[in-house]
Amino acid sequence: MPSPRYWREVPSRFRLEAVRCRRCGKPSFPARTICPACRGTEFEQIGLTREGTVITSTVLHVAPDEFAMETPYAVAIVETPEGARLMAQLVDCEPSEVKPGLPVALEFRLIRQEGHGGILCYGHKAVPAGA
Amino acid sequence: MRDVAIVGVGMTRFGELWETSLRDLFVQAASDALHSARADHLEAVFIGNMSAGQFVGQEHLGPLLVDHLGMVGVAAGRVESACASGGLALRTAFVEVASGMSDLVMAAGVEKMTDTADVTEVLATASDQELEAYHGITFPGLYAMIARAHMEKHGTTEEDLSWVSVKNHRHGALNPKAQFPAEVTLEAVMRSSMVADPLRLLHCSPVSDGAAAVLLCPLDQAKQYTDRPVRIRASGLATGTMALADRKDIAVLDAVQRSAQRAFTMAGLTPADMHLAEVHDCFAIAEICCVEALGLVAPGTGKSAARTGETALGGRIPVNTSGGLKAKGHPVGATGIAQAIELVEQLRGEAGARQVRGARIGLAQNMGGSGASSVVHIFEGS
Ligand SMILES: [Zn+2]
Repeated sequence: MPSPRYWREVPSRFRLEAVRCRRCGKPSFPARTICPACRGTEFEQIGLTREGTVITSTVLHVAPDEFAMETPYAVAIVETPEGARLMAQLVDCEPSEVKPGLPVALEFRLIRQEGHGGILCYGHKAVPAGA
Repeated sequence: MRDVAIVGVGMTRFGELWETSLRDLFVQAASDALHSARADHLEAVFIGNMSAGQFVGQEHLGPLLVDHLGMVGVAAGRVESACASGGLALRTAFVEVASGMSDLVMAAGVEKMTDTADVTEVLATASDQELEAYHGITFPGLYAMIARAHMEKHGTTEEDLSWVSVKNHRHGALNPKAQFPAEVTLEAVMRSSMVADPLRLLHCSPVSDGAAAVLLCPLDQAKQYTDRPVRIRASGLATGTMALADRKDIAVLDAVQRSAQRAFTMAGLTPADMHLAEVHDCFAIAEICCVEALGLVAPGTGKSAARTGETALGGRIPVNTSGGLKAKGHPVGATGIAQAIELVEQLRGEAGARQVRGARIGLAQNMGGSGASSVVHIFEGS
């Protein structure tokens, strides 16, 4: 991934910026220009609450090269109080203890390194709430 | 629209075919398809291929491959829908013939996966790069999340998943073209190494090389090429959300439901009319979700269909008699065409030890990504 591509995603990755459709109320994360539910184009800017619950998850034992040192690690789909869903690694716990309904906090973390230059790429990871 | 028939088929063995290049795989399958129909010309070729650009650094497959087939000049191009590229090529060829645009058209699929070290990363490009792959998820990981959602909703177990692999290997053991023509025990599946919990190695289709090709023409011209044309009764193509997180119900493959509804409506048939099916079992959970989404079994009962034998050879609705992606192999772009070839052989009564007795109507379902695209074709023997 070239840097401009990373930079473009900063609002959603760093600040969890999202939008809510003014016509039907559906949240979209990251922001979109057309609502996937009603095709509306008027949006309210919102920031996602940095918490949520696990919808489903897995524990990866075989990973892409750049994540190979981290196995086994959990990845989950998390739903925030706004009703937005996002995918995130779930860390600071036993991967096997991640279950649907687990309350989590979303924390700003290092996600990966980009390319041979090793540019540090950030985003959010989930941790069990209160951990 | 004109009625359309498949009049010729050809495919390579699937497997780790170190000695054969992408272009040679295509030429083998395409030549066999032409010979089987005694055809010496083509008007158009549509090639399903997911990612030759990443797997072998080669784009622009249309001219390259017809050149090597000795047919420079023929209309040709590549179509892509990740692992459903083959199914999309078949649909494209079907529309080309049905519309009256061309009379003799090849739908082919090819993938050369074993020349590349980072197959997992290439396959992950069929997920959402910004929202999914960025966070270190893999394809087995996405289907593992679907599996856990299905377990949560329907009580599906690891043993249920494992029976799908056992069944498909039993079928694949009867298929000389299969990458793994051998049975596996339930214990071996359940003891195999964990890839993405709860999916183990033997719940996952392999990395494969292979090519497959079929020839299509108007049904009323089919006798020029074969005594046993197989009619394509319907084609249904649909999409779902790209990101798994955006699905209303993660345990339901809604694009598969939509593609099936479109195909059944076009054919004027129902799931109960099917005598067999090839479905996209890239992972064991995918077969369970697909047979439910296609309506071949009741919702929530897909988990037990392989164990009870309902979807096994000899059962009520045999699924993946070829061995499926699991045992036959999954050279991604070729899979949708290989599924069609299994249907053709079954509906012609040429499937040998895998033959479903009395099979006259069946379907093939091919999907891309975590189920974001799906294509269903319904076939009828003559
Ligand atoms: Zn809306």
